[in-house]
Amino acid sequence: MSHKGIAASPGIVIGRALLLDRDDLTIPKHEIKEEDLPKEIARFEDALIKTRKEMIEMQTRIEDKMGTKHAEIFDAHLLVLEDRMLIEEVIRRLEKEKRCVEFVFYESLQKFAKAFSSIEDEYLKERAADIQDVGRRVLRNLLGKHHETLSSIEEKGIVIAYDLAPSETVFINKSFVLGFATDIGSRTSHTAIIARSLEIPAIVGLEDITQRVEYGDTIILDGIHGIIEINPNEKLIAHYREEIKKFEEITRNLSVFQTLPAVTTDDHKLKLMANIELPSESDSALIHGAVGIGLYRTEFFYMNRTDLPTEQEHYENYKIVADKMYPHEVVVRTMDLGGDKFLSHLNVPNELNPFMGWRAIRFSLEKKDIFKTQLRAILRANEHGNLKILYPLITNLEELIQANLVLEVVKKELIADGHTINTDIGVGAMIEVPSAALITDLLAPHVDFFSIGTNDLIQYALAVDRVNEHIAYLYDPAHPGVLRFIDKIIRDAKDANIRVAMCGEMASDPIYIPLLIGMGLEEFSVPSAFISEIKKVSRSISRTECQKLWSQVQKISTGKEIQKILVEFLRLKVPELLLYNSFHGGELDST
Amino acid sequence: MAAQKIVRKTLTIKNRLGLHARPAALLVQLTNTFASEITVENNGQKVNGKSIMGLMMLAAAHNTKLIFEACGKDSENAIKKIKELFDLKFHED
Repeated sequence: MSHKGIAASPGIVIGRALLLDRDDLTIPKHEIKEEDLPKEIARFEDALIKTRKEMIEMQTRIEDKMGTKHAEIFDAHLLVLEDRMLIEEVIRRLEKEKRCVEFVFYESLQKFAKAFSSIEDEYLKERAADIQDVGRRVLRNLLGKHHETLSSIEEKGIVIAYDLAPSETVFINKSFVLGFATDIGSRTSHTAIIARSLEIPAIVGLEDITQRVEYGDTIILDGIHGIIEINPNEKLIAHYREEIKKFEEITRNLSVFQTLPAVTTDDHKLKLMANIELPSESDSALIHGAVGIGLYRTEFFYMNRTDLPTEQEHYENYKIVADKMYPHEVVVRTMDLGGDKFLSHLNVPNELNPFMGWRAIRFSLEKKDIFKTQLRAILRANEHGNLKILYPLITNLEELIQANLVLEVVKKELIADGHTINTDIGVGAMIEVPSAALITDLLAPHVDFFSIGTNDLIQYALAVDRVNEHIAYLYDPAHPGVLRFIDKIIRDAKDANIRVAMCGEMASDPIYIPLLIGMGLEEFSVPSAFISEIKKVSRSISRTECQKLWSQVQKISTGKEIQKILVEFLRLKVPELLLYNSFHGGELDST
Repeated sequence: MAAQKIVRKTLTIKNRLGLHARPAALLVQLTNTFASEITVENNGQKVNGKSIMGLMMLAAAHNTKLIFEACGKDSENAIKKIKELFDLKFHED
């Protein structure tokens, strides 16, 4: 049986299915005798103690890996476990209803969870999930079921789960987890990002894969095309073994490029940097030969926790990346969150059209305290002078001027507080809104660099919601309108003598590399695993022929024809297209 | 024998984010150190002040007034310490 989901992280693996955390806990409902009551209560207490022990262990491990703040959520979980209202209700009902404790506990828990889900406050509504989470752990212990978690896996296999919580993904042991597949999720979900950063093949959004797979089934997971095969026949397995060999060879051939410079055949140098989300990814960036971090996403700090990150936490993380990457530069993008779950504790309203809503720099300029905390930390962490600041979603000049003003105030405050800081930190604007792309000449005097965020730029320029699969065919980076925007941004940057980089999806797609070089782009920031491939492409072409290619493309009026020319050009110059297929099988995350 | 004294006090939530998980956790950790029975009331809804679920269910946002009632031998001290935590905005903001 073959199922298709969203390719989240490239690679192919064959292995046994390790089914995680399927919620098939069947709750018994049998009656109990009066004299068995003390025994039931004792079972309940045992389960609570056991669960408590498990949770404390998990808390300690998260604390070690991610810091105290991320582990704080467990304090609330532990209190739910010890909650008087819940325990008293269970014991009261046990005595009254005389049913087994599993049933009584489950019913009481549902009552509380239901009360929480009906609360108007979005943040508290989500706490219903916390209660369910704690409840499931207790039930598992009552039923004597072994809780299969990522950390308890001790055999090699492919993890099949409904979803992987960020708190769980930290436990992934690469020597056991060959790959993973989940029911829910998108390319931009945390699970997908983690998979790519760990370089583990993964498929998300398979909808009901946990219902279709049984523990121990043989699974083929093709993270390139987003296809999963359950109990395939010998022929199919043989076919995929060949595919794995091909993929491994491609990866092996590419590794040669890790230490070579990125330079065209006519000696024009390119700067290939990496996009990262977690500080630990800087290791992978260096291994793949990145000469800097062109996009350090900072949304992660605001996730999976009940409060805001402190200046010190920001500082510690930025400092790690700054130290590891030195002397290379690191571009820290300030928080790019919208009215979604990450900041639910700030009472951000749900929006009908979040991509055009209250997010990114718009949010930061209104919630200046949060913005200033982040800026202070970046400035403090810039001891080597290799950090740069990037503002997301700049729409007009006023926003840029305002953001810079806040930065100046923060610098003064830090100096007044007795900190020694590097005051001439580089500042850049993400160019991802069409109106901003049209005024890059006006924006340029106020920044040191531009970073072109193609995912949003394309979505806004073409009026295509990139999350909506019905109109996905319209999402076309080769649309002449999109190309004109990009060309203008690059030219304006050159005219103003400032730097320009591209950190969107398009920058890591081999077919567009020659065209972008032809337009004059020299800096690219991509997921680490794609650096070698882009290097290979750039080392096989000359800038002169890229410029010719761009002139030729400018005369063509449809994206489709342009795509054809670009593919043909690449096929001619770089016959082995390497990861090319994986690229088009699995589009990566948003920028 | 110490008197089972009832102490009542109305407290206003001053921290920006309201009584979410973290402040509720701090409050429960505090109330559980007292022998007195403690209840909290918001808009006619009364819950056990030693229960985190009860407290969170009040969905008390910034500026909400909560009526605390402690009954027991250490009721006065309990209300005093709760008031301090409220005044400190649960160490937030």
